[in-house]
Amino acid sequence: MRYFLTLFILAVVGAVTVLGFRGDKSRKPPRMAEIFPDLNIQPKLRPQTVTKFGGFADGASSRPFPSGTIAQSIGFNNNTAWEETPLNTGRDAKGFVEVNPVPVTADLLKRGQERFNIYCQPCHGAQGDAAGGIVKKLGASTVANLQDQRIVRMNDGELFNTISNGKSTMMGYAGQVPVSDRWAIVAYVRALQLSRLGFKDDVPAPVLEKLK
Amino acid sequence: MQNRAMSFIFPKWTNTLPLKVAVGAVLVANAAGAGVWYYLTPKYTRVGYTPKQPIAFSHAIHSDQLGIDCRYCHSAVEKSWFSNIPASSTCMNCHSLVLKDDPKLALVRESYQTGKPIPWVQVHKVPDYVYFNHSVHVNRGISCVHCHGQINHMDEVQHAKPLSMGFCLDCHRAPEEKIRPVDLVTQLDWQGAVNGKQLVHDWNVKPGQSCSTCHR
Repeated sequence: MRYFLTLFILAVVGAVTVLGFRGDKSRKPPRMAEIFPDLNIQPKLRPQTVTKFGGFADGASSRPFPSGTIAQSIGFNNNTAWEETPLNTGRDAKGFVEVNPVPVTADLLKRGQERFNIYCQPCHGAQGDAAGGIVKKLGASTVANLQDQRIVRMNDGELFNTISNGKSTMMGYAGQVPVSDRWAIVAYVRALQLSRLGFKDDVPAPVLEKLK
Repeated sequence: MQNRAMSFIFPKWTNTLPLKVAVGAVLVANAAGAGVWYYLTPKYTRVGYTPKQPIAFSHAIHSDQLGIDCRYCHSAVEKSWFSNIPASSTCMNCHSLVLKDDPKLALVRESYQTGKPIPWVQVHKVPDYVYFNHSVHVNRGISCVHCHGQINHMDEVQHAKPLSMGFCLDCHRAPEEKIRPVDLVTQLDWQGAVNGKQLVHDWNVKPGQSCSTCHR
């Protein structure tokens, strides 16, 4: 019995030493005993993965756009085909459209605020005054101050165009921000600018009373 | 005489043998049971998985220190079942200015110029017979943190939750314990109180528990 107990304890300690504990950091991919591994890893394409069967020559499952093409459903709201309209380009025959073609509502501004804080705030700052984390902590000093007179005087269409295609050191955000959200951001940038350009008389009396 | 001799066939130590065998069998069976319970579960096999990535990308720096929202990079998570790994052009939005010649980012620049994908190693993966949809969860107030842990504090992404079937069902049976306002879904540190039952009612949240909810 003594031998058995010694062996037993050694076996348990040995197993725990080799296998470790739950949550231990491991570099190796998780494995479970798999009786039918093809159920777990099926011969089908999943996004952004390497595929080992058939498929494409480079092994990648996701296809890049062929150069010079535009996806069919990438217009306004992501549910219309992209056409060269002022809504999708921010330009008309005369140049950049002057006023946001999307009706500005409280919902649009709210959406714009949310999207601005995701995609623009890291550099341009929550107030649009070029005081985002990237600028303050990493010193990306070419970031534009959206409160500048130059930008306040821009047409809405030019702001839209800058978001879509970028300008100087800023890259385009067409891939991350769909058309409808870009107009929402334009509307919100205008609201941010107004917050610093408004006069006391612009504030409704009851709100002004509260601020005193 | 004959009978007495027979009684000496088994030596005396064999008297306790059945007991010893029984105790030994119980010990071995328990150890085996405990081993199966402890090790043959995603709580052991998946949690802690930290693959070495081709680029030492730190979520702690980008998300926690710089305050970049998850959706800046994972921009499809609200619209798609699949939460995308960002295109290298997304990295270059900032890294064309910040650390623009750093050798650690050589792969990003190469990928941006040639279109060759960066070979990131997938950390969180459910089996192919599970159909998980990101958008339906983040649009109904289930935070990233519930399945991915506090990614925003990780220098290296580590598998934090088991993502086993039991793990899914725990929440599908009691969504009010996890649900939160939609605008706080990407605030992984948020700890506030919320009336979960009210949100579940208002948004008509009915997480399925039948097999075909996830297995099709």
